[in-house]
Amino acid sequence: MIKLTVNGKKISFKGAPFKRLIDALREDLALTGTKEGCGEGECGACTVLLDGEPVNSCLIPVCQADGRKIETVESLGVPEKLSKLQAGFLACGGAQCGICTPGMLMTAHAHVRSKGKCDDKSIRTALSGNLCRCTGYQDIVKSVLKAAKGGKK
Amino acid sequence: MSVGKNEPRRDGPAKLTGRALYLDDINIPGCWHGVTVRSTVPHGKIKSIAYDPSFPWDECVVVTAKDIPGKNLVTLIEADQPLLADGIVRHREEAIVLIAHPDRATAYEAAKRVKIEYEALPPVFDMEKSDKVFKSYLIERGDLDAGFAAADVVVEGEYRTPSQEQAYIENNAIAAYEEDGVLIVTGSLQCPYYVLKAMKAIFNRGEDKIRVIQTVTGGGFGGKEEYPSMLAGHAALLALKAGRPVKIAYDRHEDMAATTKRHPALVRHRTGLAKDGRLLAQDIEVVMDGGAYATLSGVVLSRGTLHAAGAYECPNVRVRSKVVMTHTPPNGAFRGFGAPQTLFAVELHWERIADALKIDSLTLRQRNIFKLGSTTATGQILVESVGAEECLQKTVKHSKYVSKRKEYDRWNKNKRNKTWKGIGLAVCHHGAGFTGSGEVYLASRAGVALTKDGELIVLAASTEIGQGTNTMFAQVAADALGVPASWFTVETPDTHKVPDSGPTVASRTCMVVGGLVSRATHDLRRAFEAEFGRVPKTAADLKKAAAALCKGAPARRFEVQYEKPPEVTWDDATYRGDAYGVYSYAAIAVDLEIDKLTCEVRLVKVTTAQDIGKAINPLLAEGQIIGGSTQGLGWALLEEPLFKDGVMINNQLTNYVIPTSLDTPSFQVLLVEKPYTRGPFGAKGVGELPMDIPGPAVAAAVKHATGRMIPTLPQTPERISQALK
Repeated sequence: MIKLTVNGKKISFKGAPFKRLIDALREDLALTGTKEGCGEGECGACTVLLDGEPVNSCLIPVCQADGRKIETVESLGVPEKLSKLQAGFLACGGAQCGICTPGMLMTAHAHVRSKGKCDDKSIRTALSGNLCRCTGYQDIVKSVLKAAKGGKK
Repeated sequence: MSVGKNEPRRDGPAKLTGRALYLDDINIPGCWHGVTVRSTVPHGKIKSIAYDPSFPWDECVVVTAKDIPGKNLVTLIEADQPLLADGIVRHREEAIVLIAHPDRATAYEAAKRVKIEYEALPPVFDMEKSDKVFKSYLIERGDLDAGFAAADVVVEGEYRTPSQEQAYIENNAIAAYEEDGVLIVTGSLQCPYYVLKAMKAIFNRGEDKIRVIQTVTGGGFGGKEEYPSMLAGHAALLALKAGRPVKIAYDRHEDMAATTKRHPALVRHRTGLAKDGRLLAQDIEVVMDGGAYATLSGVVLSRGTLHAAGAYECPNVRVRSKVVMTHTPPNGAFRGFGAPQTLFAVELHWERIADALKIDSLTLRQRNIFKLGSTTATGQILVESVGAEECLQKTVKHSKYVSKRKEYDRWNKNKRNKTWKGIGLAVCHHGAGFTGSGEVYLASRAGVALTKDGELIVLAASTEIGQGTNTMFAQVAADALGVPASWFTVETPDTHKVPDSGPTVASRTCMVVGGLVSRATHDLRRAFEAEFGRVPKTAADLKKAAAALCKGAPARRFEVQYEKPPEVTWDDATYRGDAYGVYSYAAIAVDLEIDKLTCEVRLVKVTTAQDIGKAINPLLAEGQIIGGSTQGLGWALLEEPLFKDGVMINNQLTNYVIPTSLDTPSFQVLLVEKPYTRGPFGAKGVGELPMDIPGPAVAAAVKHATGRMIPTLPQTPERISQALK
């Protein structure tokens, strides 16, 4: 039996140990906020945090997450009360079609939370594994910057 | 007033919290998974289809062309593309057999157990060797021979552009099921009424027995304009045969290999000029590769042809164009729709002309650029909203183009520097809405509804695919009525709920359909004034007014239909007249640096001014401009579908490279607003314009940096290094 902590909730996973983490999240736990874009770790749409670090959940077998903490986009805010980061995306045009957004948010969330440098260059480097075809990234970078600044106030 | 303000996007909160449901996120009870068995030869006769007897086929539903109740056809323009290949295949990855199974992995396994034998036929892959022409056009203005005779110089050039993959991050996905005798088709798509039209022919059903509903769509860029009609047909065939819901969600490899892409193109220019740089004659030839079926190729070619002479006035012009058949998957709609290909040629050609005349390309452009009152190649007189010069002037100023040209010339002379630097320029026009008489044929409808409880709902078939349609519609309707935007919701595109507003393409959603929404809302406003005495001011007021207007009915609808502006005239037979009601304009400067050792290009800054009439929501409009420009930069520097034996071999995001956050420069966007009297609040089209000219601007900048003109894309380190040899 595989034990996971997903968004703070302890879960016993009884399915196949080599099931992809993305499928376990989407199919077994109904957490469909995590998206699949390429299935080979290139686009980052399926990014979740594993013990706080961004990973491509399409490349991780669920057994690799045994005993570890997983955070998905559902752990951030809700529509009625967005997190600072989500509110930054809404205000600055960080989401268009939205399909890359959950993965983008999770990578950005880890970056902002890391308390390291948070400027244009560091954000672009942090997000370089998350593809977006709509925005050209500038408004995403602005969104993260706004959230990071807001956090210090 | 809401127009002109950055209202937060309507779909934002759901998308930002993971609650927006894309097709593959929806739990459809009892839904099976559909997969597609595709051709493995580019051209051939199907000799036999065999099913491995060791596989439990009784668990599956299998569909071939024989199961199609109506026409085996994907209805679009020409009746040439079968829904499932029957007897003959004309391209690799053509769909032949469909299989559905309760389990996705088993469905894929079943597809492997189908063996198809072919008798190979010779394929044609080279568009210049194809003798099957889908469509050709001829535009003529003035006297070409006289123009060349008067010219001091004649400059020739040949330009090629590659295919391009839309690379929306959500792959194509559609589900189908029957409910109370109605076939429901739902999924990721741009044009619900295109799907409906195709379904009617496939299933011999009326519109009341088919319902097409868009789900949240993870990007389209043209890639979900016509292809979903085929996918919907496949899912529906399986669902009806299985008697249960079936969804087909492509994986990335299948999506890239099997679905439509940008048309590769070859453009030749022969240009006559006076020695002061005035254009006297333009002779242009365009060839595009349509792939195996006509799909939208004729219309893509039309737009390419109509933009081929660029945003410049020339008294003597001839444009000859054709799109031909090859045995590759059909090419189709992609943002820009033929214009980026021909604009690449005409814009980069200025650099050749500049060398020939020893006049810089900026001066040459300024000398010939469209102004108010200019006449285009089709004889259209530009009577209003011409922002080309202002876009050019603003881009040049804010990019410091002139001083950087000089600065970089000095830098590039110093052999000790480890890089070359360059800045390149391009300008364009982009017709908004359908070409010529297209909008008249579409005869689009849109409207607003007022329910008895006081809900205000925009009714349109235009889809939100990330560009901000729903937010824009609410803003336009709110200001047309004079109420807060929050009073309006926008109905989901559902063919049983919204009228046919035409497809979500051609930069027409805001200008054309937004215009219809505005007109319909004015009708509502007049009804409020006539039957309630005024437009309601408060929520309570609105409820009272709604009761007064609905008179016991559940709702009242106000719908309007497109009416051709009387001043617009167009002749399809001669290709003369007003090709588009109006044009948007853009100029762009790309500032870059090239590593002398590796030939890698680093984008330093992009400056672009774009005349879109009026930005209904500046933040969303800028999002279109930066995002569209980035797709153009990807085409210019990184993206190249590679084909072998008629099939894309880099059909994965690992080796089909699109720009990341580190490949993308800082953008300075300057909005130019030359209002168009027929657009809502002056708005023109914005969707495609930004895709048009990053390509030639990059190529011009690479030429400035290295001294070498590379007349094709993408300008990869390999190509640059080759050019330097």
